[in-house]
Amino acid sequence: MWDYTKKVKELFLHPKNIGEIGNPDAIGEVGSMICGDALRLTLKIDEKSNKITDAKFRTFGCASAIASSSALTEVIKGKTIDEALKISNQDIADYLGGLPKEKMHCSVMGREALEAAIANYRGEKKAPEKEEKIICECFEVSEEKIRKVAIENHLTTVEDITNYTKAGGGCGSCIPEIEAILKDIWFVKPVPEKPAMPKKLTNLQKIALIQDIIEKEIRPRLQADGGDLELIDIEGNKVIIGLRAMCVGCLMGDVTIKGIEDKLKELVSDDITVEVG
Amino acid sequence: MKTIYFDNNATTRIAPEVLEEMEPYLIDLYGNPSSMHTFGGQLHNKIEEARAKVGGLIGAEPEEIVFMSCGTESDNTALKSAIESYPQKRHIVTTRVEHPAVFNFAKHLARKGYRATFLPVDNRGRLDMDAFSKAFDDDTAVVSIMYANNETGVIFPIEEIGGILRERKILFHTDAVQAVGKLPIDLKRLPIDMLSLSGHKLHAPKGIGALYVRKGTRFYPYIIGGHQENGRRAGTENVGSIIGLGKACELAGKNLEKETAYLSKLRNKLERNLLKDCPDVRINGDTEHRLPNTTNISFEYVEGEAILLRLNEYGICASSGSACTSGSLEPSHVLRAMGIPFTAIHGSIRFSLSRYNTEAEIDKVSEIMPKIIKELRELSPFGKEKIKK
Repeated sequence: MWDYTKKVKELFLHPKNIGEIGNPDAIGEVGSMICGDALRLTLKIDEKSNKITDAKFRTFGCASAIASSSALTEVIKGKTIDEALKISNQDIADYLGGLPKEKMHCSVMGREALEAAIANYRGEKKAPEKEEKIICECFEVSEEKIRKVAIENHLTTVEDITNYTKAGGGCGSCIPEIEAILKDIWFVKPVPEKPAMPKKLTNLQKIALIQDIIEKEIRPRLQADGGDLELIDIEGNKVIIGLRAMCVGCLMGDVTIKGIEDKLKELVSDDITVEVG
Repeated sequence: MKTIYFDNNATTRIAPEVLEEMEPYLIDLYGNPSSMHTFGGQLHNKIEEARAKVGGLIGAEPEEIVFMSCGTESDNTALKSAIESYPQKRHIVTTRVEHPAVFNFAKHLARKGYRATFLPVDNRGRLDMDAFSKAFDDDTAVVSIMYANNETGVIFPIEEIGGILRERKILFHTDAVQAVGKLPIDLKRLPIDMLSLSGHKLHAPKGIGALYVRKGTRFYPYIIGGHQENGRRAGTENVGSIIGLGKACELAGKNLEKETAYLSKLRNKLERNLLKDCPDVRINGDTEHRLPNTTNISFEYVEGEAILLRLNEYGICASSGSACTSGSLEPSHVLRAMGIPFTAIHGSIRFSLSRYNTEAEIDKVSEIMPKIIKELRELSPFGKEKIKK
């Protein structure tokens, strides 16, 4: 059972500012029912003073998601939008007397809804989804969000990132990427460049290299998740593999194959394609 | 506030008769059954009596029962024994809806290089028998398929499965932790080689379980050490709890038929009430083949943890397949395997009853639940149009 503070329990059982403002000046919507939490924030903003005069929310989610949403509306009321934008997810968590670390993503959702609402008020269009690089496919978390939350909350481990953004909490296949992002943020030394490839590999060299990468880099990762694969054949640049163990019938099969292809493209040659035999 | 405990698939109350039977062995008769003196040695007979009672509930001979520390140890031991006994075989078969005690052990074996097949289920949680019949071959060391599912209560066709495997001479283990004490099980008739059961699911204490190993089945112990349990499970016997498990099995056997009827009457009433008074709900799982005490209901547009904590305010205990309650971010693997939409999984609640629940409690929950759902839906950004209707 979660160790919620009195304030979380109070705001969960008796949330304030529930509902939706009619004819709102700003709307912020984040999350989705599929991800397990979602928040719709509506604001009334005074045009002259830029002050938030009213805020209401509707939230789908657990106790801490509901309490975080309620806390957010309490904190921002009466503030100008510039003041409100200075509120961090940590401020929301502090208002609640703290959140279990696994639930910090609820406070992040509050902060995101606020940003979305203010962007909506200012008429800023959200950058088109496609430009964002999605790192975590399971919970659709972008690299941008991971970087932002990591820096704002000084997060240094993958576990922290998962607690704050959910990224890495599903199938886990993006964990190496999250690690690389964290290294990039916190390590003074740049991530070492990949070794320079000889310009043209002979076929035998290429086959040996592909075998080596599959054995040392790809299979251990799949096996860690209960999956496995077998290298069946290499025809030119076409690598034919068979999925084994938990990979068979896995819903993430296509993502896995794409991941293997990307890895081989990166380390061997851009022309590599991967197919299931 | 009086607790209304509707979470009996998680654990159960120790029956007063069980506690009474155990008490002397926790206080005065604390000897070690392996000792030469009477003070300890006399306990050996009590353990054998308990073994006969456990066997009696499931139609097994006493010597086919090995006491373990819990259901998980029993499941792990069965799988480990199978692969140790057939070292040349490198394949195991189980299902996508198993309890973690089997599911994660199978994944562990897969990481070690075993081939593991995880059989699918349909949207009502029924085993894909077509996939089952193609799943095993001469390389298969063991097939482990649960008797009844802990989350949905769905019962698998164990007799049919066992019959097919018996014909093919493939070892068959079933995790019957949720079934023993709730369903009549006769191992004289059923083609099962190994079966796991757990004490605290049938009103015995936590920390005791048993593995049934059919006579003639190859067996290799998991816990290695002393000679206890005929060399099949080392470690000084948990005397009090073994005696408690014996008593609990005796009680379960005596009242099985009556209790089944009582529990399904209560469960059906609860279901009827909730379906009537809450819009947009669905029952998860095959209602025709289901444990009498279990119901798994999805309430659309609201999240399970929020429901549980509101219920908690009234002293009502239940559980949920929602991600937020599991400590991980992933919702129930069982409901996902059934292809239940995520929206319905997040709002899924399991009520599981026991002989100690009453009709008054059912009425109370039937009254409170629709109120909670209505309040939480007011809070939710989803489903507004429908609710207005």
